Amino acid sequence: MKLSVQGVSFCYRSEDVVSDVSFEAGEGQIVGILGPNGSGKTTLLKCINRVLSPKNGTVFINGVDYREKTRKQIAQQIGVVPQSANSSFPFTALDIVMMGRNPDLERFEREKESDLQIVSKAMEMTNTSFLADRPMDQLSGGERQRVIIARALAQRPRIMLLDEPTLHLDVNHQIEILDLISRLAREERMLVIIVTHDLSLAARYCDRIILMRKGRIVSAGDVTQVLTRENMAKVFSINAAIYYDERIGTHNVAIIGAIKEGNE
Amino acid sequence: MDAVDVASLQKRKFARWAAITATMATGLVLTILFTLNIGAVHIPFETILDVLMGGGTRFQREIILNTRLPRIILGALVGGALAVAGAAMQGVFRNPMASPYVLGISSGAAFGASLAIVAGVSWLPGEFAIPSMAFIFCFLTLFLVYAISRTKGGFVQVETLLLAGIAVGAFFNALVSLMKYFAGEQLSAIVFWMMGGLWQAEWMDVVVALPMITVGTMILWLLSRDLNTMMVGEEHALHLGLNVNTVRMIILLAASLVTAAAVSVSGVIGFVGLVVPHVVRLLVGPDHRILIPVSLLGGAIFMVWTDTVARTIILPAELPVGIITAMIGAPFFIYLIISRRRKMGW
Repeated sequence: MKLSVQGVSFCYRSEDVVSDVSFEAGEGQIVGILGPNGSGKTTLLKCINRVLSPKNGTVFINGVDYREKTRKQIAQQIGVVPQSANSSFPFTALDIVMMGRNPDLERFEREKESDLQIVSKAMEMTNTSFLADRPMDQLSGGERQRVIIARALAQRPRIMLLDEPTLHLDVNHQIEILDLISRLAREERMLVIIVTHDLSLAARYCDRIILMRKGRIVSAGDVTQVLTRENMAKVFSINAAIYYDERIGTHNVAIIGAIKEGNE
Repeated sequence: MDAVDVASLQKRKFARWAAITATMATGLVLTILFTLNIGAVHIPFETILDVLMGGGTRFQREIILNTRLPRIILGALVGGALAVAGAAMQGVFRNPMASPYVLGISSGAAFGASLAIVAGVSWLPGEFAIPSMAFIFCFLTLFLVYAISRTKGGFVQVETLLLAGIAVGAFFNALVSLMKYFAGEQLSAIVFWMMGGLWQAEWMDVVVALPMITVGTMILWLLSRDLNTMMVGEEHALHLGLNVNTVRMIILLAASLVTAAAVSVSGVIGFVGLVVPHVVRLLVGPDHRILIPVSLLGGAIFMVWTDTVARTIILPAELPVGIITAMIGAPFFIYLIISRRRKMGW
């Protein structure tokens, strides 16, 4: 599985939100798209599975231009966990996860035994089996997020896109969700792309980072290459340093202080 | 924490759906048999069965087969159609207050119908002249209300939707009044539209309405899985590979078709499309695969009973059934507004 984003641009009205973004990524990787609010990272994510159609450029999924695919075919390869799940409907968790099978079902087809097995496994992996017959509107934010991840897994995608998966979650749930996601990337050999503005979580969980500002890529590459003092000052206006933390066995970011805009 | 067996949960759900559908279907058959027995002329139950089997006197046959039965069947069709349209609109608008009447769509359809009655304008001849005009205006109105209330993110806000429905409905009501003013001889026909009732029911009405309602309901039922994902959110539906714009347009067309069929044979009957899907949702949950068929049956039962009350409560005269559905529906609507304040959701 290879994803290749080539020269993607997008604008709302006449304002460029994403300009000429290109990158490539392969299976088993966790790629973080990092940037401050308004840097175009969510828009870029939406362009990757064609919820938004890029004004220029395109995306190749395993060498095939995605404009030649139907929405359904894209959904068979890309699973998405959007920013927040609306809560005011009493579908059960099982109903929601079952919807992940829709891209593979013919319009009038009923779920088969194999679909049930896939759903069952997706719920096991995300530890949501015990929630199966509970209505979504009675679940906590973390539980709901895990159910939506289970739904994306039930699509059996090769690529998984997550938009701020830890927003609105308590810290313990943030770690739980990201541990789950990184395990999935390793075990299922998925390509995981996470949009986030959280520097520490990105440094800790991502293999590669794409740093964005004002719709453009500022820097892309390995975590230590990208999260330099200069880059973090330039993009986030903070004085911060990345370091290897033995307690977690990976990188972490220490934020030392804010830099007043204008006197870089 | 034990792992719940997904397959058995699923099997239990389908079994429950089958049981509910069977119960409702039996309820409808019993309702029809029972209400056939109610009316100004008393006919014993055994005689009714006899007439249905082909016996009875000529007079009894006339009353049962040509007066009561077409009216009951038409009532069932109209009630079922309005409930199905309401269920689909509530799903597509992600809004528990949507229904053909509240959104002014029935008024639009009534205007289309009155154009056909008074001005003789239509694009289909004969018996389909009025329903076809009702359909066109139904869809126009629905589209108008939707376009007015839709925000950029595709989300439709309750307040805006209701206000748009009121405004558009008022506009078409004014147009209908205008038509009434110039109607002359056809005045009574238009008044019939606005009052809403089934007292002119004939077999021909059934013949006109049945195919439209069948086709529209089938389409909505076949799209029920899509309706489910759209109810979770348009963006979610897109992520799951659904062509949201196309599917939404088909759903709106199908909902207009069934509404138009109902309105063109019975006039503007309010609140059935609001109340019935709600009660059914409480009973079976939000899944449209079961919500649509059970709403059809529930709407049919509800309408046949309210119409039976309408035609017998002040014998020998009768009330327009729209009055009764409004008297039940309006308080229910108020209840919805209040419970929404407590954020009951749906």
